Amino acid sequence: MRGFTWGPRMIDQGTEPALQARGLRKFFDGFAAVDGLDVAVGRGEVFGLVGPDGAGKTTTLRMICGALPPTEGSVVVAGFDVARRGDEVHRRIGYVPQRFSLYPELTVDENLLFRARAHGMSGKRFDERRESLLTFTRLGRFRRRLARDLSGGMRQKLALAAALLHEPEVLVLDEPTTGVDPVSRGEFWQMLLAMAEKGMTVMIATAYMDEAERCRRVGLLYRGRLLLQGTPQEIRLAANLTLLEVTCEPLPESRQAAQQVPGVRWVEMFGDRLHVAIDQAQTEALIRESMTRAGVTVRSVRPIEPGMEDAFFELVRQREAGA
Amino acid sequence: MNEAAIEVEGLTKRFGDFVAVEAVSFAVPRGEVFGLLGPNGAGKSTTIRMLCGILLPSGGSGRVASHDIVTEPEAVRQRIGYMSQRFSLYLDLTVAENLEFYGGVYGLDAAGLRERKQWALQMSGLAEQQDKLTADLSAGWRQRLALGCALLHRPEVVFLDEPTAGADPISRRQFWEVIYQLRSEGITTLVSTHYMDEAERCDRLGFIFSGRLVALDRPDRLKRAPAGQLLVAVECDRPAAAVEALTGRQGVVYARLHRAGLHVLVEAREGSAQWLRGELEASGFAVARAEPVGPSLEDVFVSLIRDAEEPTSAKASADKPAEGSP
Repeated sequence: MRGFTWGPRMIDQGTEPALQARGLRKFFDGFAAVDGLDVAVGRGEVFGLVGPDGAGKTTTLRMICGALPPTEGSVVVAGFDVARRGDEVHRRIGYVPQRFSLYPELTVDENLLFRARAHGMSGKRFDERRESLLTFTRLGRFRRRLARDLSGGMRQKLALAAALLHEPEVLVLDEPTTGVDPVSRGEFWQMLLAMAEKGMTVMIATAYMDEAERCRRVGLLYRGRLLLQGTPQEIRLAANLTLLEVTCEPLPESRQAAQQVPGVRWVEMFGDRLHVAIDQAQTEALIRESMTRAGVTVRSVRPIEPGMEDAFFELVRQREAGA
Repeated sequence: MNEAAIEVEGLTKRFGDFVAVEAVSFAVPRGEVFGLLGPNGAGKSTTIRMLCGILLPSGGSGRVASHDIVTEPEAVRQRIGYMSQRFSLYLDLTVAENLEFYGGVYGLDAAGLRERKQWALQMSGLAEQQDKLTADLSAGWRQRLALGCALLHRPEVVFLDEPTAGADPISRRQFWEVIYQLRSEGITTLVSTHYMDEAERCDRLGFIFSGRLVALDRPDRLKRAPAGQLLVAVECDRPAAAVEALTGRQGVVYARLHRAGLHVLVEAREGSAQWLRGELEASGFAVARAEPVGPSLEDVFVSLIRDAEEPTSAKASADKPAEGSP
């Protein structure tokens, strides 16, 4: 186990990154889907890619895997240039695409066998690998079940097992857990992190902010560029957000009253209360005042910790307000 | 006037030998946002389809928008809006054309359609994109258009089955703005979701496991640690290895990843958090933090599943994550 330090940079700066993209660009009919992306991911690091729909997450991941040639820029995976040494990269990278990519009419076992052949694996090495992955993913009991009869969570575990067959050094996943329940997603992440802690490098796009919080570093992709990258904590701080939870009624009138206060960035209904984003702590008194004047009942006001969800919303909002 | 918007008693659905929904009873007052949670395949969608008058129950009874779901499914269907995980929009039609098409399906007259179309465009924020092909909309916009279509006929009760799956946080937030707007108009919403932040936004939550309703309450009341147990937030190196090391250990109910660290549910004793820190340090982990915390909804979700799966003693060891990784 390598040394462990508490801080934003846990990558060993002395070694080459496991995955590096430089000046990556992709144009589709003149539209820049990815527009100058630079990222370096250290060995054993889990890097999360988040961003609004259409920000370029899938295009980025496909270029990193070598499935899509970039218009400009380069990608180096495990020391090999994707454009020039695609064969070497193919041997060292695993890819779990957004849509289930296995054969619904084949069993779990057959799907693994089929994928193994694509990597030229057979015999004892394949048998051992398959058994170990079926144990790891706890799919052993379902090995003779057709893929189409698996639950969403199990299907994703099968996709993961297939991508891990050839023991890749780098694993790329594109929103693999969409529509999967929280417990199954937790199990999926337990597997991913267990692999990463043993040295596998992971780049994963996700729409779930609780998953982004489990990454060592997160990159916020916006209109084809990385707006920001850092630890989840750094991303939360970068949003520079003070959030109040206000319990009050009636909500629509309370919200209107809060929105009129200078220094209030946004007000959001949240169940039977409001979340109010403010510039500075002093704004709190002004909000109470405005609400009282509007004749609404304020039961309590308390600061709450902004989550990744709030940070994401705020960072994109700031960018769109500034643009 | 005080009749509940949704009321079911002993609702049951069997498919052959398989019981998809088993004796589910609950009531949703008018204007409430009611969330339905549960693992994939727990029976959420089957329950919703029965409430919509699309699927006939095998047993039990229910009333939705003042009509009986067994004897008056047609009347129920006229008074509800339904948006499923796989909602169908015509991708080769524009936004406005999709609204017009669904307005026709619901039998709106020309004046009614004009008015409701404008309302739906306003509500969904799609007014400026009404001539755009639906194929060119992002997933989040399509979801809001589908919601607009489901609301054209002024339903009293709206059923949303995982309406925001795969959408980004901004689209989901805007979607919830619409749900709250409906609430302020007295419209009742029943929504199923796998996003815990969305669950927190509901007025009340029902939790379905293996076809049974195993919990029902407000989100803040559900977020309590089970009696005699304590939740500890841990920050340490190699969190996945720490989960493996703690799972199945005496005194540990469960350990799971949470944020950059772990949430560990332990048997509550004097100094449980300190004890846990000691256990981890003895196993070679560098522990930066081990403190008692209140459970999140996800912790509640995990606990409910564990309790519902009783007896757990034999299963606990079978379900233990595989040692190490391949």
